[in-house]
Amino acid sequence: MEQFEFTPANLKTIGEIIKKYPAGRQASAVLPVLDLAQRQAGGWLSSAAIEQVAQILQMPPIRVYEVASFYSMFNLKPVGRNHIQVCRTTPCWLRGADRLTELCKTKLGINKGQTTPDQQFTLSEVECLGACCNAPIVQINDDVYEDLTPDSLSKILDELKAGKQPMTGSQTNRQGSAPEGMFISDDQQAGSSKQNQQKT
Amino acid sequence: MPKLIIDGKEIEVMPGLTIIQACEQAGIEVPRFCYHERLSVAGNCRMCLVEVEKSPKPVASCVMPVSEGMVVKTQTDTIKKARRGVMEFLLINHPLDCPICDQGGECDLQDQAMAYGFDRSRYEENKRAVQDKNFGPLIKTSMNRCIHCTRCIRFSTEIAGVPDIGAVGRGEKMEITTYVEKAVASELSGNLIDICPVGALTSKPYAFAARPWELKKTHSIDVMDAVGSHIRVDTRGAKVLRILPRIHEDINEEWLADKSRFACDGLARQRLDRPYIRKDGRLVPTTWAEALAHTAQAIKKAQPTNMAAIAGDMADVEAMFALKELWVSLGSNNFDCRQNGSLLGAGGRATYLLNTTINNLEKADVCLLIGTNPRWEAPLINARLRKAYVQNGLKVFVIGPKIDLTYPAEYLGESPTILNEITQGTHPLSTLLQQAKKPVLILGENVTSRSDGMEIHQTSMLIAEKFGFIKADWNGFNVLHRAASRVGGLDIGFIPSEQGKSTRQILAAAKSGQLSLLYLLGADELDLQDVNNCFIIYQGHHGDIGAHRADVVLPGAAYTEKDATYVNTEGRIQQTRMATLPPGEAKEDWRIIRALSELVGKTLSFSNRHQLQQMISKKHAVFQQKNIVAVQGWVMGSGRVGNITPAPLKDAVVNYYMTDPISRASETMAACTAAFVQPNQQENKAHG
Amino acid sequence: MLHQQDKVFKNLYGLLDWRLEGARKRGIWDNTKELLSKGRDWIIDEIKKSDLRGRGGAGFSTGMKWSFMPKDLQGKSAYLVVNADESEPGTCKDREILRFDPHLLVEGCLIAAFAIGAQTGYIYVRGEFYHEAQRLQQAIDEAYAAGLIGKNACSSGFDFNLYVHRGAGAYICGEETALLESLEGKKGMPRLKPPFPAAMGLYGAPTTINNVETVAVTPTILRRGAAWWSGLGRPKNTGTKIFSISGHVNKPCNVEEQMGIPLRELIERYAGGVRGGWDNLLAVIPGGSSVPMIPKSICDTVLMDFDSLREVKSGLGTAAVIVMDKSTDLIAAIARLSHFYMHESCGQCTPCREGTGWMWRVMERLTIGNADIREIDMLLDVSRQVEGHTICALGDAAAWPIQGLIRHFRPEIEQRIANHRIKHPAVAVN
Repeated sequence: MEQFEFTPANLKTIGEIIKKYPAGRQASAVLPVLDLAQRQAGGWLSSAAIEQVAQILQMPPIRVYEVASFYSMFNLKPVGRNHIQVCRTTPCWLRGADRLTELCKTKLGINKGQTTPDQQFTLSEVECLGACCNAPIVQINDDVYEDLTPDSLSKILDELKAGKQPMTGSQTNRQGSAPEGMFISDDQQAGSSKQNQQKT
Repeated sequence: MPKLIIDGKEIEVMPGLTIIQACEQAGIEVPRFCYHERLSVAGNCRMCLVEVEKSPKPVASCVMPVSEGMVVKTQTDTIKKARRGVMEFLLINHPLDCPICDQGGECDLQDQAMAYGFDRSRYEENKRAVQDKNFGPLIKTSMNRCIHCTRCIRFSTEIAGVPDIGAVGRGEKMEITTYVEKAVASELSGNLIDICPVGALTSKPYAFAARPWELKKTHSIDVMDAVGSHIRVDTRGAKVLRILPRIHEDINEEWLADKSRFACDGLARQRLDRPYIRKDGRLVPTTWAEALAHTAQAIKKAQPTNMAAIAGDMADVEAMFALKELWVSLGSNNFDCRQNGSLLGAGGRATYLLNTTINNLEKADVCLLIGTNPRWEAPLINARLRKAYVQNGLKVFVIGPKIDLTYPAEYLGESPTILNEITQGTHPLSTLLQQAKKPVLILGENVTSRSDGMEIHQTSMLIAEKFGFIKADWNGFNVLHRAASRVGGLDIGFIPSEQGKSTRQILAAAKSGQLSLLYLLGADELDLQDVNNCFIIYQGHHGDIGAHRADVVLPGAAYTEKDATYVNTEGRIQQTRMATLPPGEAKEDWRIIRALSELVGKTLSFSNRHQLQQMISKKHAVFQQKNIVAVQGWVMGSGRVGNITPAPLKDAVVNYYMTDPISRASETMAACTAAFVQPNQQENKAHG
Repeated sequence: MLHQQDKVFKNLYGLLDWRLEGARKRGIWDNTKELLSKGRDWIIDEIKKSDLRGRGGAGFSTGMKWSFMPKDLQGKSAYLVVNADESEPGTCKDREILRFDPHLLVEGCLIAAFAIGAQTGYIYVRGEFYHEAQRLQQAIDEAYAAGLIGKNACSSGFDFNLYVHRGAGAYICGEETALLESLEGKKGMPRLKPPFPAAMGLYGAPTTINNVETVAVTPTILRRGAAWWSGLGRPKNTGTKIFSISGHVNKPCNVEEQMGIPLRELIERYAGGVRGGWDNLLAVIPGGSSVPMIPKSICDTVLMDFDSLREVKSGLGTAAVIVMDKSTDLIAAIARLSHFYMHESCGQCTPCREGTGWMWRVMERLTIGNADIREIDMLLDVSRQVEGHTICALGDAAAWPIQGLIRHFRPEIEQRIANHRIKHPAVAVN
């Protein structure tokens, strides 16, 4: 049986999360608290974690289990350190998402839903991630990689394998979702705007 | 009152009704699966769609409230097509395994498919396969058949108050399950089988036993507790195959507690199906003639003051009355229907009934439970208390052991001396009781078996008098009985007069060798270990504790085998009906006593049940009005606080599933004990 | 063409500073106090006059929605809930507001909350937008620190608390009542209506749910006046709109333009045109995956607004334009969407739970042609059995793309089946 105990720091965070909701509405915190549990446990929710969340939020365990199984971002089985989620929905597919999935399969030697033996990578196909003007995109853990080609994704996987943090966002250096080339004339501006991108 | 037009018919209904309810009033059938009048509205099956004028889409009639001038159509082509569509969707992933499904013949899906469905399927893909779940020893699951109506989730959450069932996953992968394969730990779990509209949840003990059309259905009354639930006994030949609830809004609504439903296999086991007499220390089969002659001889030999009779928890009024008549004619005053040693029953009827009535408990605003665990003593009364909590925020306080009642309760402590504090106004609860509009207290009948039991009873009555529990239209003083026989026994005075011996005195005399004859009318919860020099007659239906110690065994009939009277804890007089004949040579109980009376030369003056029942009504006027609860007058008590000892109140029931000879003989109940009771007991032991 | 000065989203591409300081330079948080001082009724009236329609897809009048909230709460709570659960395939506009111009949203929240009498607001951000939610939180923290929200917000005397709540991966939570369920800590299953959220919403209290873009444009409308907004676009389809253009265009992008801009102009002016030129266009899904596609012939002339697109049996939806050129396997494209709806169906209503899977499976077979001709009509019939028969609109959304495909491209489907028959005579169905 898996063990799970929130760290003291996370328990404190949970207290703060619960305060966002009216008194007696602590169940509202179930998504953020499950997210916290999943992060602490390395990417998945064991029954022990679900039970602890239930206890803290004073919910019947089945209600927490229902929630954990309903939302696609919760994993009820262990995942690798890098959870590769290739968007498969039409806008990404129109721009070559299939080739990204193929690349991952051959490069990592796993199928959809599988984890590499070294626990480095889990491959999933997910539905629309909401960055369609930068398609095709892949989300790896919290980071989104946009405007991908099999080549650029391959590079990203290499860097992750090497334990490096690849550049996130557009892989073609686009400014947000601006039409390509709109800001290309001003390199410096594009450079400084990069800081404005997701990671600060 | 809004007026609306349904299928061209104008109808006026109460405001706040939904369209489906209005249709029912108009006598128009609207098919449904998820809708259940006692559960919250889910609106998810989409079978009850109707057309409402000015509404662009069909609306779910179970959801939409009626409004003035609404024009509803339930028979248009659009609606027929919508229903056919829903039926088709429900069936594409349904296994259509009706020939091997226990729901077959009483299945909503089957019936509605006939009435509203297609005659063939257009679905050519593979059907969904869903793993079956473990719901425990009572409920068999076949989850391929589930149509996701969520009635089971809503029942367990809302009515049973045990939120163990949920739907995990989403979309077509949604599955009904318990949390990690946990059995449904509710005493009302059997109702899940009834509310499941398909064959996903069926009865495990009844699996593959029979088809509904093969069964004889007898309407009767349950005696596994003192609630008096209305039941239907389904039999084939001599065998009771299953027991189902019948609707009675004032008693069990449409629910039934698990023991009442599932202990029926105990009716076929450990039965006394022929008379026995003890020869050379062993019980050997014999004939009625010999057994009765042997018994009569023993009775004639005994001194009236040295003979006694105790009636057990399932004895019917007719048998007790006959036995009392016989005993009185023999000159003995030693008889008692309170085998637990209680002294309750000397006062008026209101002192020992659940005066509020089960139905009115729903209206209570404050409830004080004294030494009772209604969840185990009367699960359906507990369900009413839960309903009161859900619907009007009933506040519950408990004096006694800490228990999970399925609704919030505040524990005041285990010592009954708290009652004195409340009476004297020194307890915080006193103020709350003063402010309560409809307060109730429920005294567990078992409390009155303590040595200071009647003192506690008296103090409880005083609280009721002092804090406005007794009003013109409200009586909040309640005794909760567990034994189906008890109120009836008290009503006919199957208790000793002043010269007579009570149960406690009878047992003391038996143990000291002063009692020469003891007649047990289905009394099994007695400690007979040190009894000596006493001739024991056991009349009853099961080879349980009483029969093992007996010198003569007279085989009687169980409640499904006789037309007999029982009085429930509210004082409601009801009749069981014979569903099967008693097994072997066993006989209806009053007949045995009547036969015996002849042999001892004190022939009782009735010769059929009709005469017997007339005699009972004549002597005891309460029996003239059947099936209703008469309002009981309240005679003010002494006004004194009782002399209560601080010894903690204890659980009356150690194991809900095994409380009487029938449930102790039931394999199903043994399985429940293993699944639900023993693990907890072991855990408690482990925790010291 | 929309003039630069008429753009609401001046930092749509994140070129400028998203922080409070930068936001103020763009006029955000200018005289907010004054706007509030004009009172609830004035604000609602102004929004009504502007003819602003909700930007989440349904296009309901925002002013009207706000006016449904009870005027007298009798001391009870009311809530503003902002729907930032942007998940409609093709749509990625709210993400840009959240990460590049969050103060537009925060200020909009204050104003909307004030107008509806809510002292608490929750912004429900889709779980995958992890960094976006953090960015938004930073903006909220800045606004609190500057006294713009919180107690006595903008010195207006109005107290307003604003919280970010992250989802966890469920398209259906973009449905407003499912979002409320999710926010209450339950599965995101749409609620039955009535009661409507304005009467009984979050925690049973009166609640208004608005899309991010809707809320974000309101301060600008109030500042520049309803007449300015309604002067943009077309009657009843007023103002500006962010269009997300994805798929087979040379330069996919988000762009803010006037409502009613011709689809062709939108694609050619901003998205670098269709790959291989306009004549290489096959079809467009003009408003996010839930609306039926339109073939090139309609694309040639159609205007991008609610009413124009409804006239051609499609819809503006979220104004997410998914462009498909002649290389596209349209059947496969729609099959992907069918898979999406099957995956995202919450599972409570029978037609959607069972129908979305059925439709996807048939679509998969149609993609390779392994079907009988008559199954096209059967599929259409099944889609109609789902449409309009469910609690929420996901059932409709699952049905419409298929209906759009069959409406405009039936011959292609029939051809696919015929081709398959030729190649696999033995395994053909029936």
